[in-house]
Amino acid sequence: MKIDHAHAHRRACLKLVFGLLAVWFSVSFGCGIIFREWLDANAPQIGNAPFGFWMAQQGAIICFVLLLLVYAFLMNRLDAKHGYTEGK
Amino acid sequence: MTQDHLNFIFIGISFAIYIVIAVKSRAGSTKEYYTAGGGVSPLANGMATAADWMSAATFISMAGTVALSGYDASRFLMGWTGGFVLLTVLMVPYLRKFNKATVPDFIGDRYYSKLARGVAVICAIFICMTYIMGQMRGVGVVFSQLFGIGIPAGVLIGASIVFFYAGLGGMKGITYTQVAQYCVMAFAYTIPAIFIAMALTGNVIPQLGLIGNYTADIEVIPFFEKLNNINLELGFQEYTAGKLSKINMFCITAALMCGTAGLPHVIVRFFTVKNVGAVRKSACWTLLFIAVIYLTAPAIGAFSRVNLISNLHQTSYTEAPAWFKDFEATGQMAWVDKNNDGVIQYFGPAKSEIGSNSVFQGKAPAYPVYDAPVEQRVGALGQRLLANKGDNSNPNELWFGNDIMVMANPHMAGLPMWVIALLMAGCIAAALSTAAGLLLVLSTSISHDLMKKIINPDLSDREEVRYARFASFVALVVAAYFGINPPSAFIAKTVAFAFGLAASSFFPTLLMGIFSKRMNREGAIAGMLCGISFTIGYIIYFQFLDGTPDQYLFGITPEGIGFVGMLINFAVAFLVSAFTPAPPQEVQDMVESIHIPSGSGGASHH
Repeated sequence: MKIDHAHAHRRACLKLVFGLLAVWFSVSFGCGIIFREWLDANAPQIGNAPFGFWMAQQGAIICFVLLLLVYAFLMNRLDAKHGYTEGK
Repeated sequence: MTQDHLNFIFIGISFAIYIVIAVKSRAGSTKEYYTAGGGVSPLANGMATAADWMSAATFISMAGTVALSGYDASRFLMGWTGGFVLLTVLMVPYLRKFNKATVPDFIGDRYYSKLARGVAVICAIFICMTYIMGQMRGVGVVFSQLFGIGIPAGVLIGASIVFFYAGLGGMKGITYTQVAQYCVMAFAYTIPAIFIAMALTGNVIPQLGLIGNYTADIEVIPFFEKLNNINLELGFQEYTAGKLSKINMFCITAALMCGTAGLPHVIVRFFTVKNVGAVRKSACWTLLFIAVIYLTAPAIGAFSRVNLISNLHQTSYTEAPAWFKDFEATGQMAWVDKNNDGVIQYFGPAKSEIGSNSVFQGKAPAYPVYDAPVEQRVGALGQRLLANKGDNSNPNELWFGNDIMVMANPHMAGLPMWVIALLMAGCIAAALSTAAGLLLVLSTSISHDLMKKIINPDLSDREEVRYARFASFVALVVAAYFGINPPSAFIAKTVAFAFGLAASSFFPTLLMGIFSKRMNREGAIAGMLCGISFTIGYIIYFQFLDGTPDQYLFGITPEGIGFVGMLINFAVAFLVSAFTPAPPQEVQDMVESIHIPSGSGGASHH
């Protein structure tokens, strides 16, 4: 049974990591660099700052922190589900 | 009480705190020396890692870089924070589970090869050495300004303090010292920003002021509109628009991110916490603490640019604020009165036909010797004269270094003296904490990976710590030497080197070691060697030989080439490993086991 747990845990973990990295890529490289001009011109402003510019200098960093928060929370839950939790 | 007295008091108090902490928590065993015994709380480790990460250069010049290049500086802001996402989700939980003291340890065991370990040790030493030289220089500069002593004496004072608590205290000593240093830095960075945000935008929170309105004039307009107007009027690029090409911007950001995730001195920080769950929590804290500073830097940069220009542009020298003359005296600002009207003018590259706004010939200001006749040293209005010839191709008369946006910020905003003293203490905390962290990785690389694992495996625990202390002493002497006599062309370019090297060597090799069971010794070594030699070759060709910008590969500058080097590393490694035998069964089992988060042991041991 232990082997199955390890396998399932690993798959779920990789899925989560890919999901988070997709968000990571789109907020930084996507909004901040690749589509910046388009977003500056077309997306709603953040306060008085153009959207793409704001994402590159502030938004992406805020998203990074949130991503790690989600990662820590979901991974610890995943560990608990598969019985890998250690005492605090 | 004068400013100098206040500076002494603030720095004296902060030093006393650091030294008391270091003595109280000094290391007794190799375990404590390398990884603080593995029992640091996630919150404390987060603060310590953030302090380690924030170097003197980041602390002093990041805001200035943003002020000068506007959008283009986003590559540093995103690169040096986004790397922590990669680091956390792809690397450190697995490496912590592997449970060894250093990064070359993992590479040596995973690829069952002394050669791989050797390459990793050399890379680690090189990365840390390039970094620490800059830190020692930074400490020297701050001390020399503070106490009015020469830079060599400043470097020596800094070096002995770092040796005292990093060499003796080990990881345990520096971790708790860095917690205190982070607190000093965070206050020193954010308090001036809050004051200046209130003055310019009427908003207490700098990040909200940045996206709010400019309220210091009678006419209230959006802050970015004000900044863009100023920039265009003076002949600069629009602040919110960029000058770098998209592909270059992409590659530099990617290289900084992957490099961050592969820096050995950052990775080992996460070996100090209890278990894999604590690593995740700790990484989250780390990024949060780093974000506090990185989210404030763009605000400081933008605010002080507006402040600096409105304070100095079209102001006659005799009426210029006193702080301008102070910074002129230290050589951080300079004024060349090209049109002899006695008024300071500041213009951008668009005001000249050849697109330059250099004030004088040469890169940095040079001054006449001390005993030169007075008319060579002091101008008609009392301004400090330069030895450089003026550059008359453009009308710009004002030169200032990147560090001025942070250093002069409290002066420009007319803040109380204690804020300036706090800022000084913050600068020193930033330089000391990074230097100490690097020194530790350097000394463990030499004592553990080189002496124990490669040269003399019979080394006892106590001898190993003795070697580590001795190695940290030697490393510091070398770093101090280069801090006093900087290989000037080199120091400025070390960022490209350190991150390019980490991105093209450690990051891909660690990643494949963790996620691919099939990756073998031959593939990893071939990949590392190809990635490193391509990256170093490219950087050396363009930075030190006669490479010209039109020869850039796809227009990528040396700063961003680490990303291409990384791709080469991946490609070569997979190709070579496909044609060579799979790794032994026990290594495959090991890879399997590092994906199971529990059972990392209470503390890391080797």
